[in-house]
Amino acid sequence: MNYVPSPWAVVLFLSFVASVLMISYHFARRTKSASGYFAAGGNIHWSVNGIAFAGDYLSAASFLGICGMIAVSGYDGFLYSIGYLAGWIVALFIVAEPMKRMGKYTFTDALDSKFNSKGIQLVAAISTLVVSLFYLIPQMVGAGSLVTPLLGLPHWAGVVMVGTIVIIIVATAGMTSTTYVQFLKGGLLIIFSMTLVFMVFSRGISTEPNQGGDVPYHNFVTIGVLDPTKGAVDIEDKSYQIIKELPGSGSLRFLVLKKSGAQSIWRLNEQEGVLEETLVISQLADGTILYNGADKEDERFFQIGHMSEIDGNPNAKTGTLNLFSFIDTIKKGTVIRWNKQVVADNGSKHTIYYQNPTPGKDVLSPGLKYKIDSEKGAKATDKIDFISLMLALFLGTAALPHILIRYYTVPDPASARKSTIVAIAAIGFFYVLTLYMGLGAMVSGVIDISNDNMSAPLLAKSFGVTIFAVISAIAFATVLGTVSGLIVAASGAVAHDLMDRFLGMNLGDKNKVRAGKIAAVAVGTIAIVLGILFKGMNVSFLVGWAFAVAASANLPAIVMILFWKRTTAEGVIASILVGLVSALGLILLSQETYNNLYHLVNVTAPVPISNPAIISVPLSFLTLVAVSLYTAGKKSQPSSQGGV
Amino acid sequence: MHGPAQEWKKDSASSIKELLGVWLFFLYLIVYVGFIVINVVSPKFMSIDVGSLNVAITYGMGLIVLAMVLAFAYNHVSTHAEELLNNGHEIEEDDDQGKHRNNDRDQHQRRGGKAE
Repeated sequence: MNYVPSPWAVVLFLSFVASVLMISYHFARRTKSASGYFAAGGNIHWSVNGIAFAGDYLSAASFLGICGMIAVSGYDGFLYSIGYLAGWIVALFIVAEPMKRMGKYTFTDALDSKFNSKGIQLVAAISTLVVSLFYLIPQMVGAGSLVTPLLGLPHWAGVVMVGTIVIIIVATAGMTSTTYVQFLKGGLLIIFSMTLVFMVFSRGISTEPNQGGDVPYHNFVTIGVLDPTKGAVDIEDKSYQIIKELPGSGSLRFLVLKKSGAQSIWRLNEQEGVLEETLVISQLADGTILYNGADKEDERFFQIGHMSEIDGNPNAKTGTLNLFSFIDTIKKGTVIRWNKQVVADNGSKHTIYYQNPTPGKDVLSPGLKYKIDSEKGAKATDKIDFISLMLALFLGTAALPHILIRYYTVPDPASARKSTIVAIAAIGFFYVLTLYMGLGAMVSGVIDISNDNMSAPLLAKSFGVTIFAVISAIAFATVLGTVSGLIVAASGAVAHDLMDRFLGMNLGDKNKVRAGKIAAVAVGTIAIVLGILFKGMNVSFLVGWAFAVAASANLPAIVMILFWKRTTAEGVIASILVGLVSALGLILLSQETYNNLYHLVNVTAPVPISNPAIISVPLSFLTLVAVSLYTAGKKSQPSSQGGV
Repeated sequence: MHGPAQEWKKDSASSIKELLGVWLFFLYLIVYVGFIVINVVSPKFMSIDVGSLNVAITYGMGLIVLAMVLAFAYNHVSTHAEELLNNGHEIEEDDDQGKHRNNDRDQHQRRGGKAE
């Protein structure tokens, strides 16, 4: 669809950026010491830190990615919400207090607190850097795609702008300003998401959603076909001229028709004997891109998402709904979802989106995105992939560097626990809202099928430009906040773990802050470059990988140091390295990477699953146990001194 | 520059909190694994109606709510354990919400807490 930047959105966005920069300036004077820079002086109140946790965690993947995935794939997107929240249980019950008790500025401090091992300092710092960068890429890509509709700027300009603002935030005031930015953003995100859900309920659901009267509903038409089983298709409406047939994969058939000089592509529905209108993005041989055969500005690429019947009635509108009746209405109706098919045609490439009427009860159950039902053709590897994803989400949270460093911003272990509980309450509440925002977008005729990440902001736009402007500014702030947290984590790994401790440079307090700031600028610049290079990659997909890498590299070491007294430094080093290398290796050799990153078509990848956690996490645990037993036996005395 | 960064007072409640944490973790893990197993073994079960919702949504929302309930319960027990076992020395933040301390250690010592 064609995005026209709204002046309101620009004004709100600029005011938000201005207030963020003022916060940074205000706190800059507090950050003369290393403790102030890397851990906000350890004096943030637990309630503020809890909401800031929510701000850190509810990144672009949560707000834009999950809502978008629910809007196109129904319940399967909600699986991410469930898994992301479950991860906090590991953080609260296993990691929160001991991590606070053992560390000072970084996760490496905590891992190394019993061993004082150069090896641990090095590998833990590397792991922090790798996971932070993996997590930074989708955030920067998300920033770029968000800025395009919001301010009408190209992708690269969005990435550079986010990168620059974040570098200023981090380099001026480090963790203190990052924390208050996150607090502000986390709170606003939850309040306005709740407002949006109430608005969805009060509008109800219609089979002809017209965005509150703002955008007329586009009725997708059909053309009757005379004897569709015959080889050559003949149509009832003779004002259309059949140009040619485009074969799709399997039994899919598409027809190119022409009327008054304009070409369009239709899907042949043999069962019902009709041609159905589609949405098409055509990339012509000369590089021109057409949306439904016209320029983007002509606005012929319609927003989609509606119910074709409610309670058996093809022309219905409900009144105000509530938490239960909203779900019930969808369950008892049929939702029109859209499937994608790419068809080559004489040097041109058509990406065709065609209708797929789906019973509401299927929309509200798992299986539309992840194949898990054997009766619907799910293979064993599909099921393992699903289990692996749920495992990565569960174990990844408590091992993410930007989450772990937030335990050092509060005064004591009890505050670490309390802030985690505030985070669970805030994040849990938000994730319940994602289901309603996603399903709301699914039935409100607001989805831009070429960019499902925009579903939640576009749902807001259907209620007026003000709430759209606010939600978009918050979505942008979401990216800003998460990127700042990641850059603080990465700069801590470089300045504190690598330079000060591993290389033994004994930087004074002031020099350590200076090194941290220089590292923040360097990491920020790398993130800008990667954000531009990875344009077009799926945001949620990349975040899933970051979780898998964090769960494999960091979590086994954290858990075993806390609960297994015979853990040795060598065991921890081996476990981090094996977890990191195996998770990265499996990702790089997976089918998903072959198709989406290397663009290799019809090549079978050596690794049959896309999420590595189910292999790499147990492997990392086993390595730690084996190496610890071996090295402890060799030294004939255990290196560790008991649990914490 | 090595070792635990800050010297906390001895927390006599830490073992009971650790034990409770591990038990609650396993309780949640069982419910979470149950969710995954049902999805993989019997996806159709997820579509069964539960009032105006279905099993998938009820179970999913249930996991989110259970996480919140366990978190509050854990905090409640932990806070009381700290109050009882540390004779009130360890608890600082409940009483003075909103006040940020500039120097933890000075205040710890002023309140009579001992360094570990």
